[in-house]
Amino acid sequence: MANEFVKAKTKEVRKSTIQKAVIIALAYVGVIALVSSGVLGYQYSSVLISVAVNIIAAVSLNLVTGFLGELSLGHAGFMAIGAYTGALITLHLNLPAPVEIFLGLAGAGIMAAIFGLIIGIPVLRLHGDYLAIVTLAFGQIIASILNYVKSITGGAAGLNNIEEYTTSDHYLLVLTLVVLSVLIMSNIINSRYGRAITAVRDNYIAAEATGICIRNYKIFAFVVGAFFAGIAGFIFAHNVGVIKPSKFDFNMSINILVFVVLGGMGSIKGSIIAAVVLTVLPEALRGLSDYRMLMYAVILIVVMLFNNSKLRKRLVEESGLKKLFTKKKGEA
Amino acid sequence: MALLEVKNLGISFGGLRAVDDFNIRIEEGQLYGLIGPNGAGKTTIFNLLTGVYKPTDGSILLDGKNIVGKSIHKISHEGIARTFQNIRLFGKMTVLENVKVGLHSQYKYSLFAGIFQYPAIKKEAQMTERAMEILEVFGLAEDAELLASNLPYGQQRKLEIARALATNPKLLLLDEPAAGMNPNETKELMDTIRLVREKFHVTVLLIEHDMKLVSGICEELTVLNFGTVLTQGKPEDVLNDPKVITAYLGE
Ligand SMILES: Nc1ncnc2c1ncn2[C@@H]1O[C@H](COP(=O)(O)OP(=O)(O)OP(=O)(O)O)[C@@H](O)[C@H]1O
Ligand SMILES: [Mg+2]
Repeated sequence: MANEFVKAKTKEVRKSTIQKAVIIALAYVGVIALVSSGVLGYQYSSVLISVAVNIIAAVSLNLVTGFLGELSLGHAGFMAIGAYTGALITLHLNLPAPVEIFLGLAGAGIMAAIFGLIIGIPVLRLHGDYLAIVTLAFGQIIASILNYVKSITGGAAGLNNIEEYTTSDHYLLVLTLVVLSVLIMSNIINSRYGRAITAVRDNYIAAEATGICIRNYKIFAFVVGAFFAGIAGFIFAHNVGVIKPSKFDFNMSINILVFVVLGGMGSIKGSIIAAVVLTVLPEALRGLSDYRMLMYAVILIVVMLFNNSKLRKRLVEESGLKKLFTKKKGEA
Repeated sequence: MALLEVKNLGISFGGLRAVDDFNIRIEEGQLYGLIGPNGAGKTTIFNLLTGVYKPTDGSILLDGKNIVGKSIHKISHEGIARTFQNIRLFGKMTVLENVKVGLHSQYKYSLFAGIFQYPAIKKEAQMTERAMEILEVFGLAEDAELLASNLPYGQQRKLEIARALATNPKLLLLDEPAAGMNPNETKELMDTIRLVREKFHVTVLLIEHDMKLVSGICEELTVLNFGTVLTQGKPEDVLNDPKVITAYLGE
């Protein structure tokens, strides 16, 4: 019995690996087709990069908020650190583009991770609302520091003329970064490390008694989440070309949180879908001009209501879409 | 040498002396019972043994090594596992995953192995196999893919024991494992506990309210009252002790 089960389970893992490979291949084919055929036009090509930034940001926040279960309201702070570190590296170096990009990405991720470590320490003492306030303050502090150290960051005016390494012209690079980031995070979640993180979320007292060092895993989740937020920040900076502290405000953190909540806490797939839809939606609603944000908000409310409704449950059960909608094991 | 030797253990919460001058000696392989009326300090003793509370006095020797002051997860690594009076499972994880958390410290692979999936997949398959073996002992193998929180109450209690055993403990602490079960389920559970002791070579210390039930399974008992040891010994002697009868029935 145990043996058969293990075999079936291994098969399942193999199947999901193949599935992932297919989805990735489709993503490449789809994006290449969309861009090269020109259907996207200028407006939507640039949205493509925002989608990428938001996917990485949402999945990395989900690591902390969905899987570790700690509400973080300062994710934009980590993105800011990644954006500034990455931009300063590529601005000051004078090396071939691939080298600059590599060093910039590494610097962005590592610097953000170091801040993740720092913010991870109060996490050990605080929970829930208190921690949310601390992360909120963290986001504000980062913005103030960036404003203050003018000599390095350019103050409120920010940094200009950042090399445009990750614009829609370089969509294959950006897509690859998204694929790698998501793959690494999802593999971590499905490993013993992710299992330990979710155990801490579900019951930290039991997790500790079961031999899990909750301190290490809490900090670990924050560090990995921050690292990839830094990567997202790098892409953001090298797409827009200009960064200012005011860009990485509370609003940005909340927007990312909306992706995570709407896509479902602890669902990587959900975060990706929510990030795509909610990034494209405001563009699609552009025609409504003044009513755009209103419509966006109304759609958010309707989706949230639908997600929690009996109607959805019934639809999912009846249409045999259960598989599609139930979270993948390990992600659950 | 005894597996567990506790000497002069004590703890105060503010003015309340919850446990005072507590001594116990448990030999390897024993099935030992800790009983006493409500609020006697039984759970507090489990919390002291597992590092949740730091004692104000005394020492706890596991295999001759003092574990007082060690952190909770380190004590788990030293070989003490427990269940909780009010069940604490990882509710949003599957039954299988719950047990695999228990295996966490024995089946290790690096973060990079996890990211690249190799050889993590092999280790995970070994973990699954071991977890399924443990679940089979508790008749939970069929429910491996269910969410832990969707199990019926009695099964949840069993899963907690399964998870504790997965940490490969020397000493297993069970806090009222039969609470809320009907007489049939209780009897079945007691048989399982006996079986587990043989199969996993583990020493068991269990808390129970029901003296009759405890006398059927335990080889030695300690009766606790108001945080102090009332009496210790063989079940038949202990349960006929007038002091014990008074403590349970009142003056
Ligand atoms: N953290 C704490 N702070 C203050 N008092 C505590 C604490 N933990 C336990 N106590 C007190 O210590 C005493 C013993 O409690 P304990 O839970 O150990 O009893 P018990 O024997 O397990 O009882 P029960 O059979 O009801 O489970 C009680 O008076 C309880 O209120
Ligand atoms: Mg108790």
